[in-house]
Amino acid sequence: MTAVADSISMERAAQDEQQYLTFIMAGEEYGVDILAVQEIRGWEQSTVIPNAPDYIKGVINLRGTIVPIMDLRARFGLDRVEYSPVTVVIILKVDGQHGERVMGIVVDAVSDVYTIAEGTTRRAPELSEDNNSVFIKGLVNVNDKMVILLDVASLLSIPGRLSDN
Amino acid sequence: MPSILAVDDSASMRQMVSFTLKGAGYQVKEASDGVEALAEAKRARYDLVLSDVNMPNMNGIELCKNLRQLGDYKFVPVLMLTTESAGDMKMQGKQAGATGWIVKPFNPEQLLSTIKRVLG
Amino acid sequence: MSIDLSQFHQVFFEESFEGLDVMESELLALSPESVDAETVNTIFRAAHSIKGGAGTFGFMQVSEFTHQLETLLDEIRAGQRTLEKSHVDLFLQSVDCLRAMLTSLKDHEAPDMSRAEELKKQFIAILKGEVASSPANEADAPAPETAADAGPEGWVVRFIPSTDLLQTGNEPFRMFRELQSLLEDGSQLQIEVDSSRLPEFENLQPEQCYLSWTLTVTGAINKADIETVFEWVVDECDITYRRLGEAASADNASTDNAGANNASDSSSESESSSDAANIATDTNNVTVASVAEAPAPVQAQITSIPVADATQAPAPKPAKSADQSSIRVSIDKVDSLINMVGELVITQSMLGQLGQDFDMSRLARLQEGLSQLEQNTRELQESVMKIRMMPISFAFSRFPRLVRDLGAQLGKKVNLVMQGENTELDKTVMEKIGDPLVHLVRNSLDHGLETTEKRIASGKNETGTITLNAFHQGGNIVIEVRDDGAGLNEEKILQKARDRGLVAQHQELSSEEIHQLIFLPGFSTADVVSDISGRGVGMDVVRRNISELNGTIEVKSNRGTGSTFVIRLPLTLAILDGQLVRVRDQTYIFPLVSIVESIQLQKQTLNNITGSQPVMKLREEYIPIVRLDQIFHLRHRNESVDDAMLVVVEGDNEKIGIVVDDLLGQQQVVIKSLEANYQKVSGVSGATILGDGTVALIIDISGIGKKIEHRGAQPGKEQAA
Repeated sequence: MTAVADSISMERAAQDEQQYLTFIMAGEEYGVDILAVQEIRGWEQSTVIPNAPDYIKGVINLRGTIVPIMDLRARFGLDRVEYSPVTVVIILKVDGQHGERVMGIVVDAVSDVYTIAEGTTRRAPELSEDNNSVFIKGLVNVNDKMVILLDVASLLSIPGRLSDN
Repeated sequence: MPSILAVDDSASMRQMVSFTLKGAGYQVKEASDGVEALAEAKRARYDLVLSDVNMPNMNGIELCKNLRQLGDYKFVPVLMLTTESAGDMKMQGKQAGATGWIVKPFNPEQLLSTIKRVLG
Repeated sequence: MSIDLSQFHQVFFEESFEGLDVMESELLALSPESVDAETVNTIFRAAHSIKGGAGTFGFMQVSEFTHQLETLLDEIRAGQRTLEKSHVDLFLQSVDCLRAMLTSLKDHEAPDMSRAEELKKQFIAILKGEVASSPANEADAPAPETAADAGPEGWVVRFIPSTDLLQTGNEPFRMFRELQSLLEDGSQLQIEVDSSRLPEFENLQPEQCYLSWTLTVTGAINKADIETVFEWVVDECDITYRRLGEAASADNASTDNAGANNASDSSSESESSSDAANIATDTNNVTVASVAEAPAPVQAQITSIPVADATQAPAPKPAKSADQSSIRVSIDKVDSLINMVGELVITQSMLGQLGQDFDMSRLARLQEGLSQLEQNTRELQESVMKIRMMPISFAFSRFPRLVRDLGAQLGKKVNLVMQGENTELDKTVMEKIGDPLVHLVRNSLDHGLETTEKRIASGKNETGTITLNAFHQGGNIVIEVRDDGAGLNEEKILQKARDRGLVAQHQELSSEEIHQLIFLPGFSTADVVSDISGRGVGMDVVRRNISELNGTIEVKSNRGTGSTFVIRLPLTLAILDGQLVRVRDQTYIFPLVSIVESIQLQKQTLNNITGSQPVMKLREEYIPIVRLDQIFHLRHRNESVDDAMLVVVEGDNEKIGIVVDDLLGQQQVVIKSLEANYQKVSGVSGATILGDGTVALIIDISGIGKKIEHRGAQPGKEQAA
């Protein structure tokens, strides 16, 4: 009986709360749904893809799969920094139209894991003139810090056939 | 649990029959034509033989005739899977010693209830 | 218990398509003049299986349509009707129609039934016409009888089986139990045994059934239901039905009386004796046996099934794996694979042991082990590749039909010869080579073979021959499409090429060069663009399709004696023979098959390679030159280039020179998708993983060619990044 009760309460928790992995970039803290995180790796040299958008660093071999790597600073139009040994790649996966898509994002450093309740997130104010707001799912305050929650699916979508110039 | 020999040249029918029967707890062996079935029947004794009529190499009627020649299969129920259009197939089947028939198309439930008619 | 039948759909579709292929090829082998019984039988069986499966898996349109087909086939099979040529045509059209219906259903779409309806009418028209007596529907309508019997409830069934009944595996007691299970609450079954037929003990045959029964069913039950119970034995017994309360006929009145005496105490007694043979020998004291109680558990089981099904009627959800394609693999191939893996495991454990305490004295053994590992890996790779290999007969199988129909349409007599049908190639390659082959065969029939009159006039056999041939050569499969027609008309081709500006007016070309012109885009040789092969789709498309498979096509032709198209394809698309090249700090892979030659370039030459579209004169040809670093916009960390290599490749139609920094090794590479996680990249066909674990991109030669065309069209737009 208790096992059943436990699982019910866990289910309820899973419905109302979500865990986010957060990372730091240019002083801001961003969060992605932890269920979309496949693994975290150190930065390694990638193979350049011809005529790719500048934020696509290239592709790496992830245990036999070809995985593109995106520089999130470049994607967000932030200043570039030199990659260092602590530069981290978060491998994210999303279900796309043609099955699962896997992509890595380069961030400054991984920060923490937070459990965030459904009701506590706020919509991001749509004042920003850049296009970054499409990536933002919401804002949340954790320990008096603001965390920007990102929408992984739109983060991983690459607009158009940019390589066909 | 009773054992059943399911004979059909169509893999999908064979799979469906076999899956259904196994799900109901029967032991099932598949054969894809009469020749294969007869060899299998000689190798082991089955409590029921379920056979399609139209098959290459040896059809269901011939299989039934041959089974009845085997001492072990004198009284074993043999059900033919047949289609309504084949009216005289039923007669041929009976003459060959078949116990009865199941009319195609049938669904898994019909298959099981028919089988229970001949297996305790 | 409910079973989701959609899990069998995939297999059903596969075997149905196979069945249709069989029907088609057998139909083509069938001639009305000499009907081979076994051929008709094979066709019938295939149709029958499709009908049975379709009915079972809920594709009623298919099973109903196939029913017409089957009925006509059955009449032909039974000799009730003579096969006519029109029948064969109708069957062939039906095969096409069924194929289309099944394809739609497989894709979870509603099939277009208009064609089927039309064909169905034709079948019905044939079947109506002077049908040889078909066995009438004997099981016609027991319904009116049951509809009328609202009155006294119940039936008395007199059941006298023939003594041979047990030989068919039927047992009276099983039937009675079945009957029992049909009863609703408040109904009752009483069974009386009549042992009057029992012989003297010494004459008794234990395998015979001497007993007969009178079954009295009280309560609401349809006669038809009772009849169902005895359906299987109706010819092996004497069975009469009498409504309860009606006067018994004279001959069984005595048994009725005997029963009545004992009927009162029968229901309380439960003699569970389910062995009929046992009962049959139990001669003296059997009067009434009731199975009312004994088989109760079984009965419960039986009735519970339909109930459970009705409540949770499974909504047929589309099978999740429905459109995954699958291949059938012979068990030999799997066994050989298992052997290889076994050897690999042995090698691995040997190397593992060696690694545990390694010192240099064992270097020789390590090298030995590694070379063994290499061999195991190679063999394993070959075996795995073989799994995807299928005989080319799968691709060839459509041609007898195609040639037959097309020959008839064009009024040409054609004989199709197929050779090397067991030559194996990769399933994917096979699927992709189908259309180009169709195009080539059509082309040979339409343009290659002369009309019958012309053939006779030129002293040839009036029947033209088209030969399809396949064989392995090196790591490739070679497919030839040969005709014994007129051969390519060189003057006409050259004239057309000049008219279209594809060849300069005074440029002289060798025969071979002229032949290759037919592969140029927008080239069509037929005087009249016919319905059959000249509909805009030209040889250039064939050639492009083939080069997309990393293959090549060439044509050999002799005036007056015919043409041969020779296709060379890699055996598999999963692995590529590659040439590794270096451009800046990147490694790229060129498909070895497309490399014509490699030339050392002088610095001087290289520096001149700029501008909108440089060309280079290579012997007698001008070929466009591209710098890979430029079209790929690679950043030049260090600009100084001393010398470079020009790799001359042949893409779609034309040669291109591609400038690279260095040629590295050649090796087989496993092709990985770039699109799976990224997107299509122009000029790149895929990626692979090199020995050091890094990714290298595979160059798409025809894609590079297109980039040049594009750039040529808009000169100056392309600038170095």
